[in-house]
Amino acid sequence: MTTERWDNDPVLTVEHVTMRFGGLVAVNDLTFKAGRGDITALIGPNGAGKTTVFNCITGFYKPTMGRLDLAHRDGTRYMLERMPDFKISGKAKVARTFQNIRLFSGMTLLENLLVAQHNALMVASGMTVGGILGIGGYRAKEKEAMERAKYWLDKIRLTARADDPAGDLPYGAQRRLEIARAMCTGPELLCLDEPAAGLNPRESAELNELLLGIRDTERTSLLLIEHDMSVVMEISDHVVVLEYGTKISDGTPAFVQNDPRVIAAYLGVDDEEVEKVEKQLDVLTGEAG
Amino acid sequence: MEIFLQQLINGITLGSIYGLIAIGYTMVFGIIGMVNFAHGDVFMVSAFIALIFFLVLTTWLGIASVALALFLVLIIAMVLTGLLSWSIERIAYRPLRGSFRLAPLISAIGMSIVLSNFIQVAQGPRNKPTPPMVRDVIVLTDSNGYAVTLSYKQIIIMVTTAVLLAAFWYVVQKTPLGRAQRACEQDRKMAALLGVNVDRTISLTFVMGAALAAVAGTMYLMYYGVVNFSDGFVPGVKAFTAAVLGGIGSLPGAVLGGLLIGLIETFWSGYFSIDYKDVAAFSILAIVLIFMPQGILGRPEVEKV
Repeated sequence: MTTERWDNDPVLTVEHVTMRFGGLVAVNDLTFKAGRGDITALIGPNGAGKTTVFNCITGFYKPTMGRLDLAHRDGTRYMLERMPDFKISGKAKVARTFQNIRLFSGMTLLENLLVAQHNALMVASGMTVGGILGIGGYRAKEKEAMERAKYWLDKIRLTARADDPAGDLPYGAQRRLEIARAMCTGPELLCLDEPAAGLNPRESAELNELLLGIRDTERTSLLLIEHDMSVVMEISDHVVVLEYGTKISDGTPAFVQNDPRVIAAYLGVDDEEVEKVEKQLDVLTGEAG
Repeated sequence: MEIFLQQLINGITLGSIYGLIAIGYTMVFGIIGMVNFAHGDVFMVSAFIALIFFLVLTTWLGIASVALALFLVLIIAMVLTGLLSWSIERIAYRPLRGSFRLAPLISAIGMSIVLSNFIQVAQGPRNKPTPPMVRDVIVLTDSNGYAVTLSYKQIIIMVTTAVLLAAFWYVVQKTPLGRAQRACEQDRKMAALLGVNVDRTISLTFVMGAALAAVAGTMYLMYYGVVNFSDGFVPGVKAFTAAVLGGIGSLPGAVLGGLLIGLIETFWSGYFSIDYKDVAAFSILAIVLIFMPQGILGRPEVEKV
């Protein structure tokens, strides 16, 4: 097999990650790489452990075993499994969204986007004291933060509602706002947990456009969990398939789509057939695995 | 009519003090969902800090201007009380965060006892008086032999409260710290994921609440001229009541609740019986909570699914 692009310059390297909850093995010895500037999709049937992988990456869980290595463009590396969650977002620059929407619904759209830029503002405001007095570099920094927030509001076409509470937005708009908020942290890697869930076809198409825009103009790498195959096949550069916590396929969308193991996992086959399929597969890949 | 006017003035003064303390309760509850029972005692300690530094400044350092002395005392009390509250949060609450809900509550009650007993031992159990700081009064009307007065100290209390509330409102609404506080209030985990240092934000919330309690402590000392080690309890409970009455978690609610409790108390004392003023205040609380369980300005709690 030729080495793929994501092997040469990975933004995230997941190595032998295992996550156990008591007797349950949610993720079993998972190894994959997410390429820089790629949209990497993590797919699999329900309960495959996709969200657990996300939770390990963003510091919600500490993996039982394994390494999670994040490499910035400038070469700095971060061992995510050893960092507390606010440092993963603050220092390692990993942002994420959730399956359920977790906006600060009582705050305005603009404030939601400003909270995401908290770190820079807090430092510039000299822990608030300078901010109250309006001295130092704070004004400039605040202006910068506002510009960025407005840029993203514009990008998700919600500028007109900047001062409304985020909770008042329709569902699709809340999803877009969440992605914009995550982007306001200036992430190196953006992890999206089922961004297209519950969207109608038009909203879903808008989302694709937004995600491709993030990849192409912001040069941010994306990692997404998605059930909507049309989204996955249309926008991702690289697909990793999980089943029962184990990786069963890894490659381009076209490759994964035709992988008999993936088809078996999604459609289900008899036990004898699995063996047959695996034999076929071994012949196909020349025992490379 | 004269009694009404006089009691209105007295009530607003007292209510301002309650309101300042209530903000500390409501902010801490808003951000970590915990009733900080030590807050009333933090207020009491701040009054002692103010007392000590007022005497140091006027008698040892010989500052003749009461206004200057008061101003300095206010700043010192705010800083030291903030520091005290920061340490309390660090020692007694933070290690218990994430354990079961009652643990920090019990720890807070313990802290409250520690503070009041420490002051009892260190400062003695008797009332500590100060020489009157501000004596002047303005006579508003003087008819039928009943003079309605507005004293300078009442003016100082109202103005200081108003100015500090405005400053505080600005911090919470417009600064990054305030935004972080409101974000933590809604979803701490998400705030952490966006790079907000949640522990530090919580610490600063305690410091801010304590600084306002210190203002209340200084004003209390100036108003009454005496302070006692047990003075944290009743004002503390009343301020907590004020926070609940106004809708716990809501800042304007805390101030409104404080003013209401202050007014109910003074009017009841003026028209009915001074002995039953606390009964009146708490009865109104009970009645309001029957009809508005979330308090006057509180958001109704929506069960998240």
